[in-house]
Amino acid sequence: MKAANIRVQTADFNVAEEYALLASDNSDGAVVNFVGKVRDFNDGNPVTDLTLEHYPGMTEAVLQQITEQAHARWPLNNVTIIHRVGTMALGEQIVFIGVTSAHRKAAFAACEFLIDFLKTKAPFWKLEAGDSGSHWVDARDSDEQAAKMWQP
Amino acid sequence: MIQVLFFAQVRELLGTAKLAFPAQDITTTESLRAALAAQDDKWAKVMASDKLLVAVNQTMSHWDSAVADGDEVAFFPPVTGG
Repeated sequence: MKAANIRVQTADFNVAEEYALLASDNSDGAVVNFVGKVRDFNDGNPVTDLTLEHYPGMTEAVLQQITEQAHARWPLNNVTIIHRVGTMALGEQIVFIGVTSAHRKAAFAACEFLIDFLKTKAPFWKLEAGDSGSHWVDARDSDEQAAKMWQP
Repeated sequence: MIQVLFFAQVRELLGTAKLAFPAQDITTTESLRAALAAQDDKWAKVMASDKLLVAVNQTMSHWDSAVADGDEVAFFPPVTGG
């Protein structure tokens, strides 16, 4: 197990480069990547851009903790988590989760676990801008339920 | 002093991102919340939200968590990243 590659940044990321970094170990038979993007509609409201705020320090600590939980739970090798902050336009990439393992089941499960936990534990907040001004996005019960599904 | 941070709509509603609060008489997150709420109506309203979350020294905490001089305490709404 290598140190997780955890980054919180304003700059966009390149999926091909992140994949190449993750997939460099030939003992891994499986690489699973998830990319979250700025969607055009949220709860029926048109979205033009999104601004992400976070709690510097705590964010990185929480991402490190959930990565350690994933390592304890599945036989993983490489893990990359990148989350952007600042303002992003419609269609832009927000978050990248990449996981490698010898076999696919562990990689799929760990990737889903990491995004479910990131959404409910990591201190990020979305301010959504649309035609009717901007508003803070409400937390969703469905995200909380998704994270709870992973409780042992 | 206790370093107090506010994020997202909590920061916006209060018009404050951070402040230093005297540690005297503060023993828990709840007592800090009550002391902040006592400042005026605006603070009382924001601090009364049942959705308000609290972290002590960058770890998610509860309303009975201990707070002492030199700690960093953050108040914020439910998280919405990803």
